[in-house]
Amino acid sequence: MRIILFLMRKEFLQVFRDKASVFQIFFIPIVQLLVLTQAATFDIKSTALAVVDEDQTTVSGGLTQRLEGGGRFRVVRAQPTMAGIERALLDREVTAVLRIPHGFEDDLVRERHAPLQLQLSAEEGAAAGIVLAAAQAVLGDYARELGSLPGNTRIVRGPALAIDTRGWFNPSRNYKHYMVPALLVSLTTIIGMLLTAQNIAREKELGTLDQLNVTPITKGQFITAKLLPFWILSLMIFAIGMIIGKLLFGIPTRGSVPLVFFAAAVYLVVALGIGLWISTFTSTQQQTMFVSFFIMLIYLLMSGLFTPIDSMPPWAQWVAQFNPVKHFVFIMRSVLVKGAGWETVARPLAGLAVGGVAILALAIRKYSKQAQ
Amino acid sequence: MSEIAIDARGLTRRFGKFVAVNDVTFHVAQGEVFGFLGANGAGKTTAMRMLIGLLAPSAGSATVAGHDVEHDAEAVRRRIGYMSQKFSLYDDLTVQENITLYGGIYGLSNAQIAQRTHALLGRIGLEHARTELVRRIPLGWKQQLALSVALLHEPKVVFLDEPTGGVDPITRRRFWELIYETAATGTAVLVTTHYLDEAEYCDRLSIMVDGAIAAMGTPAEVKDRFEATSLDEVFLRLTRPGAA
Amino acid sequence: MSAFSGFVRKETYHILRDRQTFWILLLMPLVQVLLFGYAVRTDVSNVRVAIVDPTPSTATRALAARFAASSRFQVMAVYPTTALLDAGFRSGTLRQAIVLPRDAERLMGGTGAVPIQLITDAADPNTGSVMQAYATAIIQRWFTESTARPGGVRFDLSTRMRYNPTLESVNLFVPGLIALVLTIISAMMTAISITREKETGTMEMLLVSPLHPWAIVAGKVAPYVVMGFANVLLALGAARLVFGMPMRGNIVLLLSECLLYILTSLALGIVISTQSSTQRTAMIAALAGLLLPTLMLSGFIFPLESMPTPLRLLTNIVPARWFLLIVRGIMVKGAGLATLWRETVILFGMTALLLVMGARRLAIRLD
Repeated sequence: MRIILFLMRKEFLQVFRDKASVFQIFFIPIVQLLVLTQAATFDIKSTALAVVDEDQTTVSGGLTQRLEGGGRFRVVRAQPTMAGIERALLDREVTAVLRIPHGFEDDLVRERHAPLQLQLSAEEGAAAGIVLAAAQAVLGDYARELGSLPGNTRIVRGPALAIDTRGWFNPSRNYKHYMVPALLVSLTTIIGMLLTAQNIAREKELGTLDQLNVTPITKGQFITAKLLPFWILSLMIFAIGMIIGKLLFGIPTRGSVPLVFFAAAVYLVVALGIGLWISTFTSTQQQTMFVSFFIMLIYLLMSGLFTPIDSMPPWAQWVAQFNPVKHFVFIMRSVLVKGAGWETVARPLAGLAVGGVAILALAIRKYSKQAQ
Repeated sequence: MSEIAIDARGLTRRFGKFVAVNDVTFHVAQGEVFGFLGANGAGKTTAMRMLIGLLAPSAGSATVAGHDVEHDAEAVRRRIGYMSQKFSLYDDLTVQENITLYGGIYGLSNAQIAQRTHALLGRIGLEHARTELVRRIPLGWKQQLALSVALLHEPKVVFLDEPTGGVDPITRRRFWELIYETAATGTAVLVTTHYLDEAEYCDRLSIMVDGAIAAMGTPAEVKDRFEATSLDEVFLRLTRPGAA
Repeated sequence: MSAFSGFVRKETYHILRDRQTFWILLLMPLVQVLLFGYAVRTDVSNVRVAIVDPTPSTATRALAARFAASSRFQVMAVYPTTALLDAGFRSGTLRQAIVLPRDAERLMGGTGAVPIQLITDAADPNTGSVMQAYATAIIQRWFTESTARPGGVRFDLSTRMRYNPTLESVNLFVPGLIALVLTIISAMMTAISITREKETGTMEMLLVSPLHPWAIVAGKVAPYVVMGFANVLLALGAARLVFGMPMRGNIVLLLSECLLYILTSLALGIVISTQSSTQRTAMIAALAGLLLPTLMLSGFIFPLESMPTPLRLLTNIVPARWFLLIVRGIMVKGAGLATLWRETVILFGMTALLLVMGARRLAIRLD
């Protein structure tokens, strides 16, 4: 409708006239994307290890060598007693401590098995599991090696376990391929939602909203005119981000890219709609931004972007079903990284569509020209 | 010609226990300039906001341009113009852009917008600033611009809330010339002000004290009733504690 | 001085009267601590795994049993062929698959290689690695015990997780969340609050009052210090009472460090406000300059050790990074000032620097 066009024209004029704003809206997401992508990785390069060798024998020395040689560990300290180890762990000088007790070699020769103690600083949680697995791998190899050494009194040959590990969809384990879409979604959502919410709050604060409320503009027209310009801007940011992702980071595009854009279009209606809805019950920009930030934080952290949804307790996973970010992230990753098609994304996409209609209806209903 | 433009009956508004507007009844005819006087906080703006559909009345009713403000608000909005106390046009848009926007909102065609822009800007002498950002033009002109936008779609009733606040006497004069011109075309004008000399310019006026109308009539009638020579005196008498 | 206290009182009334913001300021962080404490896990669990076993036998069934017994895994199906794997992975119903060779049991009785394929959905390389590590561990253990011959060498490894024996995510999240919340409240809200006066023009009115510009800023900022501190107390209280988060160190030290970080954030907020003329610009500047770096570059979620060197150097200027080290150190490890003095001094330095920057910029802008 013509009125909507007039209103949209005003919004665009206002946004593009504010040079600082334009710079921020387009530049910031791009810079963030470039810089923060580099940060987003969990690859443990190598773990600082302390080896307390109370045995000081050939065999125990051999173990220390194997640990160092693998590249997964850096033997920062090799000492015969536990002195100062607590301090080292506390000061983060080492993250893991392997204690080889006295009598190690003897036990192996006599009993064919010997105890070892591994301490891991689990300060950061998830990493500990990976470090443990790496340690176990080295130990397992060494054990097999010792068991088949010539000169051993009893050479025992057994079957050898050969685990062929395959990583599907991301054979190069490129974390960027996973995070770039995720970051792009975060950035677009944050900026889009914030701009939309703040826009109405600003008009309230400056008093220009009253002038609009006195005109025959309908609620539907008003909400639409507040939504569309930022929806378009957000899609543009998304598109630019995708291009950069493809050109600079080589993110996979195994599935249908138009499908991703379609999903983005639907998703943004929901995300921006939430911003609009927030602005219907706040009265200052400060309030609006505050509420928006907190809600967004919850959405982002519970969307599977940074931590897996599968790991959440059942009730949280149920709640996550109402998180539009979660659905969009799922769609993006399924389509781009795994090459999934309509069948996989139909349901979440429908969910988003329903969500979009619902939130806009809510916003329109809540928005009242006449204060009660 | 004496069609009723504004008909308020028992208009009341409460905020919790505080009664901001207390049983206000009055009417304004088409072509009339009606002054709404009162001290700050007397309830003028609140009453006006109810008449233009921005605030729901706690009790009472009102009809503006023939439609009920509470139940037929959209019809009311099509027929009124409004200029708020706080400047409420977009100061990061140009003069032209503001006018075009509101012209479009009120359903004027491009041709109409162009023609009326020309006429209005010419009348207030702002033609030279057509492409200036509103934030850069002086206050007096801003107010006149706001009035022009309020009149752009030729509404039947115009509501002006303290339109001449902070403006120099010459500009005030020009303002009132515009108001008279508008009224002459049959538009009803409701003006709130606390400048009592402006009150003399109105056809009829009312003085609000603590949310209720304490005096109403033509300037002469009011002065007569209170045996005063100036509205100033009337006002002081009404607002001094213990006044009748 | 009475003018100043009057001003502070006015600012406080502002906030108290703004019921919405007040309650949100108090409740939101609390809600988040509870939410994230219960909901967010960085570790993997409920991994949906399928086993492909062309020749089921006692030994191979034992493998399936092991996976089923593990709380980390969920055995979705045991297939005779790999036919259905592709679809399962693509739709996300499967995250891992173990493909056993034909006649596995017979092979395991011999002396040759027993090839087992472990397929992991590595779309998310991180969880992929972790899933792979856990699955590998189970497979290895199963294999060793199933093929145990007298004479084989074996290490009995006992593991002890220090500081966080149950790998509780809450211990990792609460410090990070506190930092994030403080960043939002202290830095962003301050920046927006000051910019707002500029935007609505009330700043000028304040400036012509007898209050010194610095008193104005301090007065504006004071309520947020209180709010930030209240939030810290609430968040820590919740973490302690509801999740039993450890509090191994000195609580006075902890609260002092929190206060220090609040001041750092405030100073940042002030600097941002001097650069912004509208609330919108302040908001986006705070977003880019504060929120995202705090989220991504502080070690909150992504470990600092994993970042490429240039980025790791960049993280040194993110105040939250240092704050996180301090809080985690005190709460989880029970570290004291002796260990943390370096980080504390760095935060002090940052605060001082930012305050000076802010003062200079403020002086310029107001002239």
